[in-house]
Parts: sequence; C-alpha cells; structure tokens
Amino acid sequence: MSLLWIPLLTLTGTLVPFLTASLGRKPSTLATMVAPLIALFLILTHLPALFDGTVITSSLEWFPQIGLDLAFRLDGLTLLFALLILGIGSLILFYAGYYLSAKENDRRFFAFMMLFMTAMIGIVMADNLLLMWLFWELTSLSSFLLIGFWGHRSDARRGARMSLAVTGAGGLALLAGILMIGDIAGSFAMETVLSSGELLRQSEYYPLILTLVLLGAFTKSAQFPFHFWLPHAMAAPTPVSAYLHSSTMVKAGIFLLARLNPALGDTSLWAISLAVFGLATLTYGAWFAFLQRDLKGILAFSTISHLGLVVLLLGLSTPLAIVAALFHILNHALFKATLFMSAGIIDHETGTRDIRRLGGLLALMPFTATLTLLSGAAMAGIPPFNGFLSKEMLLTEVVSTEIFGGLSLLAPLLVLIGATLSVAYTLRLVHGVFFATRTAREPVQAHDPPKGMYLPGLSLAVLCLLIGLFPMTLAAPLINSASLAVQGASTPSFYFALWHGLNLPLLMSLLAIGGGVLLLMHHPRLNTLAALLPAKDAKESFERAIIRLTKAAYWLTLRLENGSLQRYQALLLLSAIVMTGLGLSQMELLSGGKRLQSVDSLVLLVAFVMIFGAIGSALAHRWRLVSLLMLSTVGLAVSLTFVRFSAPDLALTQLSVEVASMILLILALFFLPQRPPRWVSRRRIARDLLLASAFGLLIAGLNFAVLTRDTLSIADYFLDQSVPGGGGSNVVNVILVDFRGFDTFGEITVLALAGLGTYKLLNRLRLFKPSGNLEGIRWSSHRYPLIFEVIAQFILPLALLVSAYIFLRGHNEPGGGFIAGLITAVALLLQYMARGYEWTNERLPVSYPIVAVIGLLTALATGLGSWVFGYPFLTSAFDYFDIPLIGKTELATALLFDIGVYLTVVGATLMILVNLGSVTTAHRPKLKESLQNAPQEGNK
Amino acid sequence: MELLFSLVTGVLSGSGIYLLLRGRTFSVIVGLTLLSYAVNLFLFSMGGLHTDAAAVIGASESPADPLPQALVLTAIVIGFAMTAFMVILAIRARAEFGNDHVDGKQGDEGVN
Repeated sequence: MSLLWIPLLTLTGTLVPFLTASLGRKPSTLATMVAPLIALFLILTHLPALFDGTVITSSLEWFPQIGLDLAFRLDGLTLLFALLILGIGSLILFYAGYYLSAKENDRRFFAFMMLFMTAMIGIVMADNLLLMWLFWELTSLSSFLLIGFWGHRSDARRGARMSLAVTGAGGLALLAGILMIGDIAGSFAMETVLSSGELLRQSEYYPLILTLVLLGAFTKSAQFPFHFWLPHAMAAPTPVSAYLHSSTMVKAGIFLLARLNPALGDTSLWAISLAVFGLATLTYGAWFAFLQRDLKGILAFSTISHLGLVVLLLGLSTPLAIVAALFHILNHALFKATLFMSAGIIDHETGTRDIRRLGGLLALMPFTATLTLLSGAAMAGIPPFNGFLSKEMLLTEVVSTEIFGGLSLLAPLLVLIGATLSVAYTLRLVHGVFFATRTAREPVQAHDPPKGMYLPGLSLAVLCLLIGLFPMTLAAPLINSASLAVQGASTPSFYFALWHGLNLPLLMSLLAIGGGVLLLMHHPRLNTLAALLPAKDAKESFERAIIRLTKAAYWLTLRLENGSLQRYQALLLLSAIVMTGLGLSQMELLSGGKRLQSVDSLVLLVAFVMIFGAIGSALAHRWRLVSLLMLSTVGLAVSLTFVRFSAPDLALTQLSVEVASMILLILALFFLPQRPPRWVSRRRIARDLLLASAFGLLIAGLNFAVLTRDTLSIADYFLDQSVPGGGGSNVVNVILVDFRGFDTFGEITVLALAGLGTYKLLNRLRLFKPSGNLEGIRWSSHRYPLIFEVIAQFILPLALLVSAYIFLRGHNEPGGGFIAGLITAVALLLQYMARGYEWTNERLPVSYPIVAVIGLLTALATGLGSWVFGYPFLTSAFDYFDIPLIGKTELATALLFDIGVYLTVVGATLMILVNLGSVTTAHRPKLKESLQNAPQEGNK
Repeated sequence: MELLFSLVTGVLSGSGIYLLLRGRTFSVIVGLTLLSYAVNLFLFSMGGLHTDAAAVIGASESPADPLPQALVLTAIVIGFAMTAFMVILAIRARAEFGNDHVDGKQGDEGVN
C-alpha cells in the first residue's frame, strides 16, 4: 500500500462534513472521524516493522526541476506523532461534536480541522524537506482559519492574525534555511539530508542555517521570545486549542528539531541554543501560568513551559535526554489535550473560564473533576502518572549536565523552580475550580456534560495513569522506535520506572511538590508582587508594531506615488537612463571598430529632415497642428530610410501606416483642446530637457555601439529555407506568414483587440465640438468638397487594384497582407472623408468588427488546418499548379493565412477610424445599441 | 553613415521623451509616435545597414537580415493600433474629465 493514501485520506476527510451535514450533527461527526481512523489503522498495520526501526517510504515525482517530490515516509518518529495527530485528533473531533452549539457552522469547523490534520500528517510524513515546508505553511494557514473560526469576535480575529504573522514569518525563515540545506546536501530528499550531517556541520553557513531553522521551529513551538502568540490563540474554540495548542501544531517545531537532529544536531551551538531557549521558556511559561486567571490562559502558558522543557531536553543532546524528550512529547499531548477538553467542558457548563469566579464544582461535576484531577496530576508530575516519569528523567539529565560549563548548576536550579511552579499552577487550577468555595454570587447550575463530551478526555486521562503504571509495556516500544529514527544507533537501552531508588531527582520532585503547595498558599502575595513589575501586553506591542509598519509602508508609498503620471514617467526614465548608462560605461570603447560607411548627400538631407522634424515637433508642441505636420515629415523620412537601407516591405508599411495615423491624429485634434494652457515652470522644462537629452544620448551611443560591431545573425537559416521551406522568395513575408506565423497571429489578435477596445471607448462619448478655430473663424458648413469627392471616387478602384496586386505578389516580392490591408483601408477611408459617413455607409454596409473577426478566424483556421493533416499548428504547405491563361502558379496555405492578416488589418483600421469619424454624426455609437448589437453592427 | 544613423535615432528618441513628459495627452501621443519611430529604426538597424540588398531571394548577392525587418513590420502595425487606442482614450478622458491633462485633472504642472 502506498503511503500516499494516508494524507489523501485525511484530505478527503475535509469533504465529508459537507456531504454528511444534512444527516445531523452526530452522524456527521462520526462520518468525519472515519477517514482519520482508517488512516490510523493503515499506519498501525506497519507497527511491527516500525518497532524494528525500519523506514518505509514511497515517492511520486512532482516537480523534479526543483527537487520537490511527493515523497512520504513512515518511521518511529512519524509513528509517534501520527498516533497523536490521528488518535487524539479523532477523539477531539468527537468532543467537538458536542462542544459546538447547535447553530454553529459545524461543516466549516470540521472541514478546517481535517485540513489541519492533513497538514500535520504531511509534516510528519514528508520525506522531502520542501514538501514538509509546504505542509508546514498549510498548518499556519489552517490554524489561522481555526483560531479565527469565531470571526465575529475581535479577539479571535486578532489572535488568528498574530499567530499567522508570527508562524508565517518563521515559516519564511525556515524556507530560507531549507533551501540552504538543500543546496549544501545536494537534495531535499530526507534520506540525503539526514545523512549529510557532517557536510552541513562543516559548512561555513552552518550558523546561518541553524538560526533560520531555529527561527522556524521556535516560532511554531512558541519558544520565548516568540511565545506571545499562543496565549492569544486561546480565542479559538476550545477543541481547536485542545488539538492545535497541546498535541499537534505547537509540537511541529519540536518535531522539526527532532527530525533534523541527525543533520544539524551534535554541535555545541545547537546544544547551547536549544538549552538556553528551552530553559528560559520553561521558567518563563511556568511563572506566567501561575499568574493567569483564565483557565485556558493557565493551560496556554503551561504549554509554553512544557514545550520549553522538551526543547531543553533536545538541547541536552545525551541519548537518554532525547528519549526523555520523545517520551514527554507523548505525555504532554495526552494530559494537555485532556485538560483543554476539561476547560472547554467547564466553560461550556458554567459560562466562564475565570478561575476567580469558579469553585466548588467537585460535587456538581464528578466526572469532569476526575478527568481533570488525573490529567492535572500528570501535568504536575506526581507519581504514579506518566508526567512524573518524564520529569524524573529530565531531572536526572539536568543534574548531570555540563553544558553550561561553570554555570551548569543553573540548569537544575531553574528546572526545579519550573517544576515547583508547575505543581503550583496545577494545584491552583484544580483547587480553584473544584475545591475552593465559590465567591461569585450567581447561582450554580453546572452539572456534568453528556457522556460524549467527557469520555474522550476521560479515556486520555486514564491512559496517563496507565502509562505511568506500565510504561515499559505501553510506551517503551513506541519511544524506542522514535528514538531510533532520531538518533539511530546511539539509542540507549532505557528503563522507564516509577521507582529508581532514593536519589537526587526524587528529592527534587518532592521539593517541587512541597514548594508548589507553599507557593499556592502565598499566591495572593505573589500576585501583588507580580503586579509591581511593569505589565507588558504582548498583544498591544504586537499591534503597535503592525501599525507602525503599516504607517511606514504608507509613508513610503506616498513618497513614491503622488498620483502624478508625469512624475512616475520621469522616475521610470531616470532608472532606465541609470541602467543603460551603467551598461554603456562598462564598455571600453563605444565604437566597435567596424569600418564605417560613407555618407552621401541624399542621406544627409533625409537625416536633416528627420532631426528638424523631431526637434520641431517637440518645440512646437503647443501649436498642435504644426507639431503634427512636423511629425508627419519624420514619418515619411523614416519610410525613405527604410527604402535606402534595403527594406522595401517596411517602407511600404510605414508609408501606409503614416497616412492612416495622420488621419487619426487630425481627427483627434478636432476632439481635443486646440491649444493647451501655458502653466509649466522653468524648472520642470529644464528637468525634462535634461532627461530627454540624456536618454537620446544613451540611445544614440547604444545604437552606434551595435552598428560598429559584427553581430551574430540567424538570417542565413531564413534565407536558405525561404524558397524550399516556405515557397516564397520575399523572405520578410515568408517569415511573417510561415516561419514566425504564430507571432503574427498574436499580433493581429492584438490589432483586432485594440480596435474593439476603441470601439467600446467611443460609446456614449460626451462631445466637445468646437464651432470654429482659435482665431474665431467658424468651420465651413460645406463639408464635402466636390473635387475631393470626384478624385476619391476615381481613385477607389485603382487603389483596390493596387492593393490586390500588392497582396498577391507579397509572397515573392515586397508586399503582403499587412501592406495590402492598409492600402485598402486608406482607400476606403478616402470615401468616408470625401462623401461623409452616411453616404458611404449606404453603399458599403459592412461591419468592420466582423471583418476583423473573420480575418482572425481565417488565420486561426489555417493554423488549425495543419492539425487535421497531423502537422504542428500553422505548418504551411504549398505546391505549384498550372492554371489555364495564368500559367504556372504557386498556391500556398500561407496565402490563406495572409488573407486573414489582410482582413484583420482592414477591419481593425477602419473600425477605429470610421467610428471615430462617425462620432460627430447622428450615427455615433450609443450605449443601448452597443449592449444589444455592438459585436454585429459595428457601424451604426 | 552609422554615426549619422545613431544620431537620428538619438534625436528622435530624445524629442519623443521630451514630449512624453508633457502634461497634455496630445503631446504624449505625438511623443509616443516619435519614440516608436526611433525604436523601429533602432531595432531595424540591429540587422546592419545594407544598401541595395533587399531580402528577396534572387534580388541581390548578399541580402540584408530579414528577421529584424519582419519584427519591425509587425511593430509598425501594432504601434499604429496602440496609437489609435491611446488617441481614443485621450478623447474619452477629455470627454469624461473635461480637460486633456494626463492625470485627468487640471493642475499646476510646475509643481510636484
């Protein structure tokens, strides 16, 4: 059986609540539990092999390019965590079925829980570091959803956001660390990473990697100083806290440390960092747990403290310490999940979690009291419960450690303080809830919840006791196999037992219990003492930091973006200038040394015209018509330049485009103010002149640098293949319709889209129609001069003939669809200009958008046609035919494609120009029309 | 020749940029057209400057590089489409905002 099934099962489980919600709460809950239970069963079938230390893997290729595989593994460590995730998870799902009130959206809740379960299972089963990281992020996201489940409450939203921010930031750090690990180990596969410990430890980047990985682990496992999100995550529904914040998510960081122990562990840096942070967290958490008033607050800080304990044990790094760490992971999960469930029950039944308002519940809720007492005893480390066993082991290890050198005595001392506080806060919780006399006035109506709600907790509590009594039977094989996965051959033979004889650890345990009782008696006094210390609310500092960050971002944005397009333009140009300048400055010599060609007088003249026109149109920009005329001389000179330098196709295209765009721009002048106001400061002009000349200089330099160097060209391929491969001797046209036909197809699509876009923009246009020119002379009312009418009519057939000629010869001589299309468009446009829109439209009732679309479809069909014959898209075919009267003629599918190009160009060009022209007439497009029949009736 | 050619592209793009930085839509469109002339010439020249060497098989001994020509040909047509779109956008903006400033609001263009 493939291991892939296990995460797949839990993932499928996210759908179950939705499918079964209609059956009611109870069946839906039970159905949701099916998937995790099957997954658990599947894992348990491997039990004998896992106990022997076998590693089971299965892998599927996913993204081999980045080394990301869907690889899963099952070993002792995975087994330990999977039992917690699936086993405790199922119990908590069952519990949640009772916990949620009837009107709450249980579908969403269960789906989120299953999603989270999938993520956790993914982390512990991943056999690939990148995959593990993906699941790691998924736990952050799904826990965000779960903590914020009661989204109407602001503390839930804030808590969710805070936990996402902290664990998400840690996740990013972890990703960086993982990428570096993968880089050094050469692979992300777990096996490779775990066996390249030597390589990693000797790498110069080891401290950095370790820092990044620890950032990820410590944020996730709420280690001091990143612990602050956990108490705020208590805003989550209690089943979430019982699941995420006791047994699973917060253990993910610890899991990571255990998993990577073979790769990163066994250095003094590792040991010291873990031990210091673990020790700090252990005492800090215990102290604050003692001061909390909220039941869940006590448990949250106690969790922080116990997580610190495990990290400390991992840091001590002796074989027995690691065994103790693994054992405590199990024990803590069992008793803390139970305690959270109990807190949920108490909250559920009494309506409060404030320890000062509770009391005397022992008689009212005997079952809840039992399970709380059992698991509380385990948390406090009182024999004969499981918590006692792992704490004894910790004390033994910590007494003999020399990790802090001369300060080593500090470790047992701090641990003793932590253990004492742990006893104290447990006693406080149990005493405050069940034994103390109630001080609050409200009448008590609490009673034990339905069986289904306390049974999951009770079973776990009993398990705590059983593990304490029979550790060698119940826990030792599991812990042994987990230890094999973490420390391999150095796994010691260990013996869990309640009685190790009279020794120092036992004495310390007794001290802790006695001290705990003493502390509890002096709780009010200690509380006052704590109140003297400056209170620091993590939430407020966090929110303040977030607000500061937002403000800074806002400030920066405002600096860069003040809403002026001109400013953005200038900034963009400036960066372009700097980049190009940097590039050019790295060249030794601007000139590449190629022999320069001589200049003749004609070229000089044309160049002069261009320079004159360009500068002129810039200087005269306030006299718009003059500026436009200058521009048109430049355009014509450009087409002459193309003629001179052997590009007849370009010259023809430029010429016809020039005509069309001049008509367009003159039309535009009609709709725009004739003269802009003069409001420009000298400074602005100076700045723009500077930018423009710098840019021009760089372009000139760049162009010169290229022109004076020999370039590598792929021209030969096209020149050789044009006739045999494309069946045409005009190489430019063959490239357009054949070699690079797909590009051309994209380009005519853009053309058609631009046309359609302008068509939309012209709908419901408010018009500014000037009645005369600037001097106040009114426009002539005689719109269509007779001579123009006659000439236009006379020219039309000729122009169409030329267009057809240019089109047909295009494959072999300069010409082709683009040019022919433009000529046709201009010829037709002439009619509109000479006779007006109405007259022409009567005689030429063509919808240009349709023409453009037909053109596109023709081109597309030509391309698809080659598929029919089993060739790739747009493969061209051609042959020579003998046609009577005409002679030997070549027919190519490329010609069909060119027809598509032709039609698109005609359609798009006329769509733009005719519509713009028609805006002034009664036939201007209106919104109503456009909604109903815009695509069909382009010209109405 | 090469020097003159690069001088022309330089002047064209410089003038285009100056116009592009103006505050009125029409100047921007003219500037963009100028700039596209310059860019087309620049791209075209990547194949080198050849005289009497049209890229038609059989027309000359050593034809010019046809690839930049094909690229520039489509660039010219698309440039036209884009200019057209800009023009209509400018007209529309003027109709909506009542002025032809690029930001859509009449402002003191000397200050920012």
